[in-house]
Amino acid sequence: MEIGFYPGCSLNGTSLEYAQSTLALAKTFGITPVEITGWSCCGATAAHNLNHELAVALPARVLALAEKQGLTELLVPCAACYNRLSVTQHALNTNEALRKNISQTLQMPLSGKLRILNVMQVIEKYIADKIPAKVVKPFTRKVACYYGCLLVRPHDVLQFDRLEDPQSMDRLMAQAGATPLDWGYKTECCGAGFSVSRTDVVAKLSGKIVKDALDRGAEAIIVACPMCQSNLDMRRPHIDRYLKMKTTIPVMYITQAIGLAVGLSRKELGLEKLFVKMIDD
Amino acid sequence: MSSEQKGFTAEIRSATGVNVNRCYQCGKCSAGCALSEDMDYPPSVVMRLLQTNSAESYHKILRSQAIWLCASCQNCVTRCPMQIDLPQLMDYLRVQALEKKAVNTKSKKIVAFHRAFLDSVRYTGRLYEVGLVADYKLRTLDLLQDLSVAPRMLLKGKLPLLPEMVKGKLKIRS
Repeated sequence: MEIGFYPGCSLNGTSLEYAQSTLALAKTFGITPVEITGWSCCGATAAHNLNHELAVALPARVLALAEKQGLTELLVPCAACYNRLSVTQHALNTNEALRKNISQTLQMPLSGKLRILNVMQVIEKYIADKIPAKVVKPFTRKVACYYGCLLVRPHDVLQFDRLEDPQSMDRLMAQAGATPLDWGYKTECCGAGFSVSRTDVVAKLSGKIVKDALDRGAEAIIVACPMCQSNLDMRRPHIDRYLKMKTTIPVMYITQAIGLAVGLSRKELGLEKLFVKMIDD
Repeated sequence: MSSEQKGFTAEIRSATGVNVNRCYQCGKCSAGCALSEDMDYPPSVVMRLLQTNSAESYHKILRSQAIWLCASCQNCVTRCPMQIDLPQLMDYLRVQALEKKAVNTKSKKIVAFHRAFLDSVRYTGRLYEVGLVADYKLRTLDLLQDLSVAPRMLLKGKLPLLPEMVKGKLKIRS
């Protein structure tokens, strides 16, 4: 089975392992992701902070290219890209003048019918029921499933999961053999795009997330967003300084955790790319 | 309504659809905002100041750190009993601050990062992380920042040294 695939910039750089593990997991379950030819950046936070035209035009270009390629469903692993593409499609579908205008700028039609799916949605739709039969090495850890902001908000546009206490990642991790914990920071902000410009803010916000996960007894934090992952993982020295303690809890992508459970190797899943080591049992 | 036809609240409303007068100061936005304790004016105070419709308050907000510290996490609008789209309002205020050259001095690094990001996308069509950080460092003169992280990122293959170029990107630039 084929499905459209928009990796986005992070998955080609700092979050290479998210792309690796997503593709490896897809392959295991007979799914072939088809990359959008000539895709460009979604504009991320920078565009909607500084330039409102770009904030719509950049994601719209990606959507138009996907449609042109004949794709009907699009897997978007990066939560920020998923959010920008979904919010843009919603804006275009509810504002005919904007749609016409953007379509003219891009010189490409925009039907607005593309189904934009995050990783959990694709797993739930095509893989979930096949996971238990494929588990060879259950991921027997207590896990804190961290959703962050961009997967669940704005809820009226994304319509994904429960708003304040989402469950999809928890359900999937349970299927992979893990024990998902009830905790308080599931959808709190990690500091997002302030990693470079206000590292102190990221250290504090991400520090609170790491601390609560530890206090509840978590042995791994599971994520589905490159920004959350890099803030909680690569910024760990800053987080530890904020918390005044040394923390060793790993932060893994859900695709890596499920991948391990179904027998994929650490190398295939890019586990060596994590800054905070994930030590095998 | 007639009192609303002039001034900043009317401008905000026509540009964003946000009617700041709908806010009744319950404070849920400030309570749920992860950044509010770092802000000079928490979100509900931003709303209250805008409601005064005075030039003085408006310029306080444009010059504030608050509008740049907003991470657009959408928690405020999600929990607002009046469904006031504060993140959209923040986007609008940021662009106004840029246009009026009223950017908060403590927030210049945040703006520099966003600018470097967009310039990178403008040149290549995709984000080129090494270029982004080099550009950011030149803008802020923070040349020594993160020198300990970069080598580990390189070793782990997380920092491709050459950018990827997208065909047809000229259309976006214009």
